[in-house]
Amino acid sequence: MRRSSPLPPEHLEWVQGWGRAVGAPGYVYRPADARGVADVLELARSHRVPLVLRGRGRSYGDAALLPEAMMLSLDRMNKILAWDPSSGVMDVEPGVTIEEIWRTALPDGWWPPVVTGTATPSAGGILAMNAHGKNNWHRGTVGEHCEEIDLLLPSGESRTLTPERDSGLFHAVISGFGQLGIITRARFRMMRVHSGFLDVQALAVSNLGEMLRLLDEAKDRWEYVVGWIDAFAGGRHLGRGLVHVARHLDEGEDPAPGRHFDPSVQRGPGRIAGVVPMSMIPPLLKPLTNRPGLRMINLVKYSLGRLTAGERHFQQSLVEFSFLLDAIPGWERIYEPGGLIQHQSFVPVRHAERVLGRQLELCQRAGMPSFLAVLKRHRPDPFLLTHGLDGFSLALDFPVTRTNRARLWRLVRELAEPVVAAGGRFYPAKDAALPGELFRAAFTGGELDRFTALKRTYDPEHLLRSSLADRLLGSFWE
Amino acid sequence: MADRFGHALVIGASSGIGEALARRLAGEGTRVALVARRQERLEKIAREINAAAGEQRAFTFVHDVLNRDEPPLLLQRIAATLGGLDLVIYAAGILYRPEDGEFNTEKDLEVLEVNLLGAIAWLNPVAERFAALGHGTIVGIGSIAGDRGRAGAPAYNTSKAALATYLEALRNRVSRTGVVVVTIKPGFVKTPMTADLGKLPGAVSADRAARLIVKRMHRRAVTAYIPERWRLISWAVRAVPSWLFRRLGV
Repeated sequence: MRRSSPLPPEHLEWVQGWGRAVGAPGYVYRPADARGVADVLELARSHRVPLVLRGRGRSYGDAALLPEAMMLSLDRMNKILAWDPSSGVMDVEPGVTIEEIWRTALPDGWWPPVVTGTATPSAGGILAMNAHGKNNWHRGTVGEHCEEIDLLLPSGESRTLTPERDSGLFHAVISGFGQLGIITRARFRMMRVHSGFLDVQALAVSNLGEMLRLLDEAKDRWEYVVGWIDAFAGGRHLGRGLVHVARHLDEGEDPAPGRHFDPSVQRGPGRIAGVVPMSMIPPLLKPLTNRPGLRMINLVKYSLGRLTAGERHFQQSLVEFSFLLDAIPGWERIYEPGGLIQHQSFVPVRHAERVLGRQLELCQRAGMPSFLAVLKRHRPDPFLLTHGLDGFSLALDFPVTRTNRARLWRLVRELAEPVVAAGGRFYPAKDAALPGELFRAAFTGGELDRFTALKRTYDPEHLLRSSLADRLLGSFWE
Repeated sequence: MADRFGHALVIGASSGIGEALARRLAGEGTRVALVARRQERLEKIAREINAAAGEQRAFTFVHDVLNRDEPPLLLQRIAATLGGLDLVIYAAGILYRPEDGEFNTEKDLEVLEVNLLGAIAWLNPVAERFAALGHGTIVGIGSIAGDRGRAGAPAYNTSKAALATYLEALRNRVSRTGVVVVTIKPGFVKTPMTADLGKLPGAVSADRAARLIVKRMHRRAVTAYIPERWRLISWAVRAVPSWLFRRLGV
């Protein structure tokens, strides 16, 4: 049936992914409560217009975009519905950010068990993307700490799901990038901490093999394990970089835990060397966002890190360690006007050195070394379309320019092919360019059939869509 | 960052300058919506465009510009089909030349309906959309005929003069939002509309006109004469005093 009336043009907006390299026009609706969400769903159905879900817009690529669709932005559904400091259980609306969660929990000695590199994503968004953090080996993904969700199905029916009740749907909604229903409430269990500070150690490594071995050894001893790679270094230095490991302080280690739970002491001074405000960093960095500039920055970062790395331990606040991306406000704008894309591959342990080394070489050979490359250790989790596996992930940042766009999209394909051949997977939250057939080829256990069956059951009209889902799931989806 | 001409809508795409523009844009990789009354003609053009491109770049939408309630919804359908909209060209136009002593109100009004009111009915919602998005190019195909009121085609002259004024006003309303409005004033162009006017001095083909128009669109022209020499001619024609213009009987 064809639409009989136009959508109100005053809702039309140009909406971008967080990387600002992809965008689309959409009719944006921002309801403030579950009733409003249901109304938007009904409006989309009555107009026969697809609906794309958006939390805080922190997916780098096209996960929360669909040209000319209705967009349900959940940023006004941002209330913490309940917080029990005795059990560490919190109920939130989907638009609540990680920042709002930790600010509520930390003063009572709790911390979100899984956080992303920025505190700005929404609760609904990190569940839909099954987000992970630097402690993926220990804590799994964010979905493993979710005890319950209220899901508004495209039919208008609302259901409460838990890992046990409606288990299949629960495990598909988490990781299902917003294609099965709208999360209107989520219940998380926090992690007890005994200090607002972490014990951190930085180590320098001179090549990829060393980096992977160190991450692997450290994963059992340290809560958080993350590697940074100087992606400009080649030859025998390929994969050189720095590893940061961190652990929560044990009970009694922090003589004044109460003081350090105070959110006001969590943020750093906001200035470099006490002088330059962090907000000045993007304009200072902008002239350096080119290959020679970034080569220099990577070299300086590695060299300084090598000088200061070693046995020395230091303490860092949970916020400063966890949310590095937030330290420089508006950092993503330094890549304007073209923006940036990310690509994150997950490769099983036994193939990691070969495949990730090949990826670094491919970037260099294409003349597009990643401006920022981050390595993490992972484990499998129970979610249907998860990226989790027993292996390593490499996240790569690429600036997009007027001239490199087509080459960059080709490069992403080249990067992804050996990942699929090695039994690897990809992370949709960061993706903008992965060819759908490669994403689909990464699922060999019938996961996509099960996901499609759920879609047909719960969204037979195919009301919930996104550019990401259309691209990655392709004709398989339809 | 949206592609400047990635997705285009041409109203009046079944013949003449509109058809030539649609073919040229599609040839440059643009996804084009073809809008006109004649379905068979539109589909033939779309088939040819798509065959030449080796993929679907042309999409047809049957619409009569006299139906002024349709554009808001049709515009959204077109944008959804194309996956966006960056460029809208209003090229629909008819020409009526009354005989000496003939005063046909119905035909004169029809010229205004197609050439002017249809343009307003389309370009208002287009401008609203583009202004909201801070992006887009609107192109109106006017005419040098709008620069002067001639005895031979009063309603046509009026419609093109009014269209140029409307486009100027539109430009003044939306240019601060980043929207570009281009007024095209072709001189003589060989099209089905001008086929029975006899030999036209200095006439160019619709294809050449389209090539020049696209070039001027890329340069974000305000008012473009096609070809450019008509700017001088127009200036000279406008400089002729009214009493003399009357005696010339043009």
